[in-house]
Amino acid sequence: MVSAVEVRNISMAFGANQVLSGVDLTIDKGQTTALLGANGAGKSTLIKILSGVYSSFTGEILIDGKVVTIDSPTTAKSAGIETVHQRIDEGVIPGLTVAENLLFEKIVSGEIPRAVSLKTIVNEAEKIAEALDLNWNRSKLRNDVYELGIAEQQMLILARTLSRSPKLLILDEPTSALSVAESQNLFRFIKNLEAQGIAILYVSHKLSELEQIAKKLVVMRDGKIRNEQSAPFSWDLALKEMLGQQELGERDNFKQVQGTSVTLKLNNVQLFKESAPLNLEIKKKEVTGIIGLLGAGKTELAKVIYGADELISGSMDLEGQSYKPAHPADAVIKDIYLVPEDRAADSMIPNWSISHTATLPFMGDFSARGIIKKLAEGIRGKELVQDLKVVTTSHEAFVDSLSGGNQQKVIVGRWLQSKPKLMILDEPFRGVDIGARRDISKRVRDLAATDVAVLVLASDVDEILDVADRIIVLVEGKVVMDVKAGETSKDKIVNKMSEVA
Amino acid sequence: MNIGKLNATNGFDLRDFIVKYGFILVTVILFVWFASTEPTFRMQNTLFSMLKFTSVVAITGLGVTLTMVVGGLDLSVGAIAGLSVTLSAMTMVIYAQTGAVALVVVLLGGALVGLFNAFLIVVLKIPDLLATLATMFTIMGLKLVPVDGQSVSSGLILRDGSVAPGKFTPGFLLIDRAYLGPVPLPVAIFFFLAFVVWIFLTKTRWGRVMYAIGSNPEAARLAGVRVQRYRALAYALSGVFASIGGLILSSRIGQGDISAGNSLLLDAVAVSLVGTSVLGMARPNAWGTTLGAVLIGIVITGLTIKGFPYYAQDVVKGLVLLTALIFSFTLSRRKSRFVPAV
Repeated sequence: MVSAVEVRNISMAFGANQVLSGVDLTIDKGQTTALLGANGAGKSTLIKILSGVYSSFTGEILIDGKVVTIDSPTTAKSAGIETVHQRIDEGVIPGLTVAENLLFEKIVSGEIPRAVSLKTIVNEAEKIAEALDLNWNRSKLRNDVYELGIAEQQMLILARTLSRSPKLLILDEPTSALSVAESQNLFRFIKNLEAQGIAILYVSHKLSELEQIAKKLVVMRDGKIRNEQSAPFSWDLALKEMLGQQELGERDNFKQVQGTSVTLKLNNVQLFKESAPLNLEIKKKEVTGIIGLLGAGKTELAKVIYGADELISGSMDLEGQSYKPAHPADAVIKDIYLVPEDRAADSMIPNWSISHTATLPFMGDFSARGIIKKLAEGIRGKELVQDLKVVTTSHEAFVDSLSGGNQQKVIVGRWLQSKPKLMILDEPFRGVDIGARRDISKRVRDLAATDVAVLVLASDVDEILDVADRIIVLVEGKVVMDVKAGETSKDKIVNKMSEVA
Repeated sequence: MNIGKLNATNGFDLRDFIVKYGFILVTVILFVWFASTEPTFRMQNTLFSMLKFTSVVAITGLGVTLTMVVGGLDLSVGAIAGLSVTLSAMTMVIYAQTGAVALVVVLLGGALVGLFNAFLIVVLKIPDLLATLATMFTIMGLKLVPVDGQSVSSGLILRDGSVAPGKFTPGFLLIDRAYLGPVPLPVAIFFFLAFVVWIFLTKTRWGRVMYAIGSNPEAARLAGVRVQRYRALAYALSGVFASIGGLILSSRIGQGDISAGNSLLLDAVAVSLVGTSVLGMARPNAWGTTLGAVLIGIVITGLTIKGFPYYAQDVVKGLVLLTALIFSFTLSRRKSRFVPAV
């Protein structure tokens, strides 16, 4: 194999914090190299060095055997390194149409003249969309880019990057917002690019994807490369290296339980304007897992129950009483809590400590005549850190300074201080390393055991199987399967998920 | 800009030091310089008159600070203060009411305009800057209607040819002229309100929640915070603070000057913005605003004593603001998120 990009002895530190030490990495042409590591292992730093975001590192980068200087995103791009970052909103340009976004680089570079009509641009864009198998018609291409769903925005960014034929394409958790079918679409693109001799560096937490797409696996921990393998991979070994001393063990074999009385009843609730009415009973003492692809209505369901979105039609009963939340505050008063899907956008306040983040929903309990009880708040922060084993220097540390898994622990943990009636977790394991995922799963199961109804929504089957007693598959706002977890299998679930409604 | 943030070094960091203490240092140095070169500057009287002069801007700025905390910015404060001057004059001069009645009318007026802002922003969903800009123009014009565009002072000839029956009451004039011990009343009010806002923002649940809203309104909403109520509260309070500033101003001028308050908006916004840079907080805060107001007071008093012309004041204010913005946005490592987008 010929190497496309070679990284030699790269080190980098943020102040006293050594984030990369002596990393050597060879990324071969025409194949996919997977990069695996827990949060904080140094993956992101390495990617940012390659894409020119960080310039204060030591070591060399070679492209096609020649040393190159990469000190800005522009030099990275001209050297042939393209990066698709996890954050989708940073990639699309609001206010422009889908077609203009698709052709943005060409418009900026002048390849497409500025004064050209939208019709011409749409014509061009239609060709690209067709070539890439994006099923986008002309009226869709004329829409404002924000009318696309998150998955389609992701596809747009990918399509734009791929159209530049890079030497190395870095994909940072590219499927975190994609459905299974869309991921398969992406993998087809990747195979295509491999055939053209493009090297791919693929970062993901989803082992099944890596198994499917990668020929080479590189495992990082604490800023160093710990393990390199060629396919077929030993995942056991890779995960042990990734998690360090921590023993991986088997999937937690929890005792499946069955819910007792009904906590929340949904009567003919419509999640989308055109979708079928949904009837559902969520019971206490069990973890209800809802699986569905993107657009199946998981987040919509969570937000309707939490009062964050308006109910289109139908009604809800909470413990036999009519329940009509008009605002999340109404849900919180009834002890219904939500851990939202997008941590950075919907949960975290920048530069807020763990303690402050923990007490925000319950300020009333942490104040007397309006004055905040500092002492109680500090104690609560410490408790949370202990209870969920949050890895941090102190309970006064900023939540944004923690790794993704620990951030999520704080967000989940803050709702556990007051006993919930119904706890909703929307994609609680996204961007969360395996260690943290186990801790959160266990805590959530313990919670259900204390007479609480727990609702977990995710698109990853393994994540749901790891935590749920009852499994519900949602397709386009409709329940297509509702069984005890013990009575089904991964294959059956995936089958149901891909059902066309 | 992100790249610059990464060049952290160990140990003493000049940039961090400047961001944290730069403003306080500048204030102290200027103070020492004026005090050592100008004997009059050293006198207690000058100090208090400087603070007194600053108090209107400072109190109005404290209100602006509250709206900045929830991620907004109230551009109508100068107009509210101006409205307060006219309202107080009308109440006492035209309607011959007591100073106490004027005080109540003014505070109610401020609160009403604040609530109107809140209505525009929260219910009609108009962006903060645009809504308060519209309010500003509206009330600047509206206040002139009942007084036919004239300043209101005793002896004013009314539309029907009669002479206005009342005058500014001695009690009302005392607002600006009275002392609490050695401290002029406006200065006492200023420091009292600064203290109250400080307690409110840093020690109470409401202040905490307001900061959450300013930093990430959606995260606050999903934590069960009734975001819109707090935003409404901030604008109502801002209206009240501006009307308190207007009361002092009115008492100081002693007549319903129609141009009063016109320059107040820029000064009040400036001191709030200057305040965000104090101690490297990179967020609006009560002591920052206070210090910002005092600093501008020191500079202007000092320059006036040194004989600089009046128009130099605006240049200096502009430079002070610019320096503060550089501290907050260019030098600070914290991301400042407290400026509303239009």
